[in-house]
Amino acid sequence: MSASTSLGSWLRAPIPASPFQARMQALWLGWRRLRSNPPALAGAILLLLLLATATFAPLIATHDILAQDLTVRLQKPSSTHWLGTDDLGRDIFSRVVYGSRITLYIAFLAALIAAPLGLIIGTTAGYLGGWADTILMRLVDIFLSFPSLILALAFVAALGPGIENAIIAISLAAWPPIARLARAETLTVRKSDYIAAVRMQGASRMRIIVHHVMPMCIPSVIVRITLNMAAIILTAAGLGFLGLGAQPPSPEWGAMLSTGRQFVMNAWWIAAIPGCAILLTSLAFNLFGDGLRDIMDPRHG
Amino acid sequence: MAEAAVPARRTGGVAAPGLPSWSGTALRVVVSIAVTLFGLMALTFFIGRMLPLDPVTAILGDNATQEAIDAMRAQLGLDQPLWIQFGRYVGDILRLDLGTALTTGKPVLDDIARVFPATIELATVGIVIGTALGIPLGVMAAAYRDTPVDYFVRVFGLLGYSTPNFWLGLMGLVLFYATLGWVGGPGRIDTAFQWDVEPVTDLLLLDTAMAGQWEIFRNVLSHIILPASILAFGALAYISRMTRSFMLEQLSQEYVVAARVKGLSWMRTVWVHAFRNVAVQVVTVVALAYAFLLEGAVLTETVFAWPGFGRYLTNALLAGDMNAVVGCTLLIGIIFVALNLLTDLLYRLFDPRTR
Repeated sequence: MSASTSLGSWLRAPIPASPFQARMQALWLGWRRLRSNPPALAGAILLLLLLATATFAPLIATHDILAQDLTVRLQKPSSTHWLGTDDLGRDIFSRVVYGSRITLYIAFLAALIAAPLGLIIGTTAGYLGGWADTILMRLVDIFLSFPSLILALAFVAALGPGIENAIIAISLAAWPPIARLARAETLTVRKSDYIAAVRMQGASRMRIIVHHVMPMCIPSVIVRITLNMAAIILTAAGLGFLGLGAQPPSPEWGAMLSTGRQFVMNAWWIAAIPGCAILLTSLAFNLFGDGLRDIMDPRHG
Repeated sequence: MAEAAVPARRTGGVAAPGLPSWSGTALRVVVSIAVTLFGLMALTFFIGRMLPLDPVTAILGDNATQEAIDAMRAQLGLDQPLWIQFGRYVGDILRLDLGTALTTGKPVLDDIARVFPATIELATVGIVIGTALGIPLGVMAAAYRDTPVDYFVRVFGLLGYSTPNFWLGLMGLVLFYATLGWVGGPGRIDTAFQWDVEPVTDLLLLDTAMAGQWEIFRNVLSHIILPASILAFGALAYISRMTRSFMLEQLSQEYVVAARVKGLSWMRTVWVHAFRNVAVQVVTVVALAYAFLLEGAVLTETVFAWPGFGRYLTNALLAGDMNAVVGCTLLIGIIFVALNLLTDLLYRLFDPRTR
């Protein structure tokens, strides 16, 4: 009891005594804001559930995801097969559970490529200005002239189908909006006094960009990439659906939908279930991203 | 220290010296379009020629002899230096030659011209539905902020953003076509009517209406309504969300309070006073939503066996037909740039605040 009170007062202390305490206080404040925002909280819980599902997939799955059994093909949901079976008699529940690993793998890897790429290009363009800015932003504009799905499709067509190529294609289509955002943020800080102070201490441009400009852009980039994750997941599923992403027998949700499509008139659940999984995941990222924006950036609240 | 000497130059906003501002703007716009188009061509060239999928293998297959491969390389001009290849590529595009599609054996541009009306018809019906619902929803959500109306619109919008439209299409087909029989199935028209329509515009709704074939018109409508509604869902989400945020900004202004103080009803204030000020912004959002519909059409058309641009692109992708893929990508890029330009122009023409 007393331990929790002292922890509470430590977190609520008006003047933090150490950088660690200050960080913990910021986290605590974020958590309180998240708690008072039910949609964002729902998104966060959904995402945690999804992460747990992906992590503990072998424990949760009830069947071997690749084991075919044609005697039980196209079964309706039942007590042995909770979400039914597909055209090869594979257990759909287990496949959807394992599919969460692939979806999160694609989404996080694409975000891990696109966010730093956008951040570096955007901050460099914004801080250096002049010709570097013109050329880099022109490049961004050209990429933005294509709808991201079309661009991803074209890249995948050239690279060949497959999950790694899908990730590369999605990242190549996802970085430009982040670069634009990072540039806008950079323009607001590049004239600040603290940048001038660091420059007078003799810091190189590279050092200023990496150590003093980028950290200022990171919060809004994180918000943006969280919201983008929803679109990334839809694009990845679309590529899988078209047969250009993850290939069968992979339990990727889009690819599962694509096989389910052939049997949809007799066994609608084969297509319905992976689609629900995609919808829930995308919704979770959208809800959490919206909430994160409100928490991190009160200006838009 | 060197950086301090660099003036804080920002491009844009200033006309070229010595020119009146309008011709300066026009010049800048023309240069900017030219640069963007050049960039589009460079990017599509890069996608088409420099990535792993070898066009020669795509044509000849894996078992071709070395002589055949060399001959095909020479025929395609792939033995030339890259910059010459790029020059040819640009030259061909300027002569409106996008090459021959491997899948159909016809010029890509002819193929696109053949399939495009189906997509335009689908996207247009979609944007009509999306706008007709999206704008009122967005306005009402802003007018009744933080009430159940607002929550409903926001949740509906979030679902629109989060739903894979190809999945929704499949489920819609199962429910409304196979189970309830309310709508026509895949394709644009029942095969029984297929040869009865005189193609004038290739927009079947328009063609049948002009010919007075109302039975066929109803059939076409029953086919288009489901895919168009599903496309409209995404557009609706975007339009209602943007309309809501534009309206919220307006409704916090003092003139709104003034109108209320004068005794105007809330609805009259919202629609006549506030909405008028966001109308131009909303129109530009609708134009952008239209562009995104063309993107959404790629997957929706695949689900509905809609013989349009999206399905053509998908088939080309699956066949590794790079000429068709690059042609389609380039065309979509040009349409996107054109729509963006149009919205810019709309702002300048109709919104006095931007002058």
